[in-house]
Amino acid sequence: MTDVTKLKSAFPDVVVNVEEYRGDVTVILKQEAFLPVCTFLRDDPDYSFRFLADVTAVDYKDKTPRFVVVYHLLSHEHNQRLRLKVPLDDMNPEIETVVNIWPTANWHERETYDLMGVKFLNHPDLRRILLPYHWDCHPLRKDYPLEGKGEE
Amino acid sequence: MAQPEIKLGEERRGGDTETMEINMGPQHPSTHGVFRAVVELDGETVVKVVPHLGYLHRGIEKIAENRTYHQIIPLTDRLDYMAGASNNLGYCLAVEKLLGIEAPPRAQFIRVIITELSRISSHLFWAGATAHDLGAMTPFFYMVREREQILFFLEMITGARLTPSFFRIGGVAMDLPPEFHDECMKFIKAFPPRVDEYEALLTENVIWKSRTKGVGYLSAEDCIALGISGPMARAAGINWDLRKNQPYSSYDKFDFKAAIYNGCDAYDRYRVRMMEMRQSNEIVRQALEGLPEGDYSVTMKGALKPPAGEVYKAIEAPRGELGFYIISDGTVQPFRMKIRAPTFVNLQSLAKMSEGRLFSDMVASLASVDLVLAEVDR
Repeated sequence: MTDVTKLKSAFPDVVVNVEEYRGDVTVILKQEAFLPVCTFLRDDPDYSFRFLADVTAVDYKDKTPRFVVVYHLLSHEHNQRLRLKVPLDDMNPEIETVVNIWPTANWHERETYDLMGVKFLNHPDLRRILLPYHWDCHPLRKDYPLEGKGEE
Repeated sequence: MAQPEIKLGEERRGGDTETMEINMGPQHPSTHGVFRAVVELDGETVVKVVPHLGYLHRGIEKIAENRTYHQIIPLTDRLDYMAGASNNLGYCLAVEKLLGIEAPPRAQFIRVIITELSRISSHLFWAGATAHDLGAMTPFFYMVREREQILFFLEMITGARLTPSFFRIGGVAMDLPPEFHDECMKFIKAFPPRVDEYEALLTENVIWKSRTKGVGYLSAEDCIALGISGPMARAAGINWDLRKNQPYSSYDKFDFKAAIYNGCDAYDRYRVRMMEMRQSNEIVRQALEGLPEGDYSVTMKGALKPPAGEVYKAIEAPRGELGFYIISDGTVQPFRMKIRAPTFVNLQSLAKMSEGRLFSDMVASLASVDLVLAEVDR
């Protein structure tokens, strides 16, 4: 299981909370200044999370914060996984891109933007990826119906 | 209207060449489904590739949020239909992790048998179709012959050839049929010489080598930066196989090697897959011989309601890391299910592999990704 003591002591102001469930460690980060944490996690030899497995977002509907962006990291060197969660501002669901840290984030972030409507700032090519370009809704949001409105 | 001025060869080479944009797909045969890439060409050299996806998007994640946990199983094998069992396995393991339960040993072995047979069938079809894309018609028929046998086995066990939906949360649907053991043993004995046959057709084939060697080059660093997993990463020398490194479903009980090559190109991706077929065959043999007695499923009563929480479970699917991220809110339906589809991520490398190379090599690069669009688009 990933030991996050060093991360916590390096970024005491950014790490809001650490949760553990069924062996998965989740670190909840503040949106401001979460990029340096990502760079640290990638470059620090004790972590070496050089592989970003997945980026997605969750819509908690009536709760605050409503949108949370989730990153799944993997370190081949240490054979460990880590999940980062970054809650977003309700009015303005947007977050800095991590493409410059993990290039693989490009399509993941496009997908998250496409289906969940989270904007990734400074993303090199933030277009829809799965839905048609003219679509104007984000179907994975909880207020988007399973059938009916929104279908062509 | 004035005739456009026709420029002849000599003049055009003078530096005023224009690039041309062509549409590869959505119906191009090498895309194996509905994938479209807008390719900018300078002569025969690829300048830029812009992939367009989503023709097969069915919103499986959205549907899953409105189904019970058991009802989702048949959705998952519609992702990567070439190896449906892997998807079922990944999903079932994720829900089992959420519940904190484990399938009984016999069920784990049955799962391994079915999953590894699917892996062989998936790799066989890949090799045949790729050889076909690159102009070799014959290997396809050889490979489909063995694939047909595996599909016959899958049908014998599960009742379906491509979409088994045979695994259940906590086990499998039923025990192996009595005639399966002997039939499968026959196949396992006959299979390695058949792989030798395929290799005789391709491995040292001059045309095959010249079409794949050095084509679709991706270094180990590029692979990690682009999030590439599975045979593509192992062909770049990355010693990473989740069956070995993070064993699940009893894989630690089998003796097999992860297939690692260092060529970083389409040729070594082919060799990795060939080697993996032999290894998978070996795993199936060990699983059949060591099949434990006992239950094939845990007994669960009442509606399946995992406690509130979230897990990420990844397995080594034939195409790479297949992950399921499931959030439960304590009800009968998942609150959110995200599928980390390996080919969606691996496909992102297409531009990197093909830009600056010949257009005909792009077909080999694309084929070496082992594309299944149903999984890319979900």
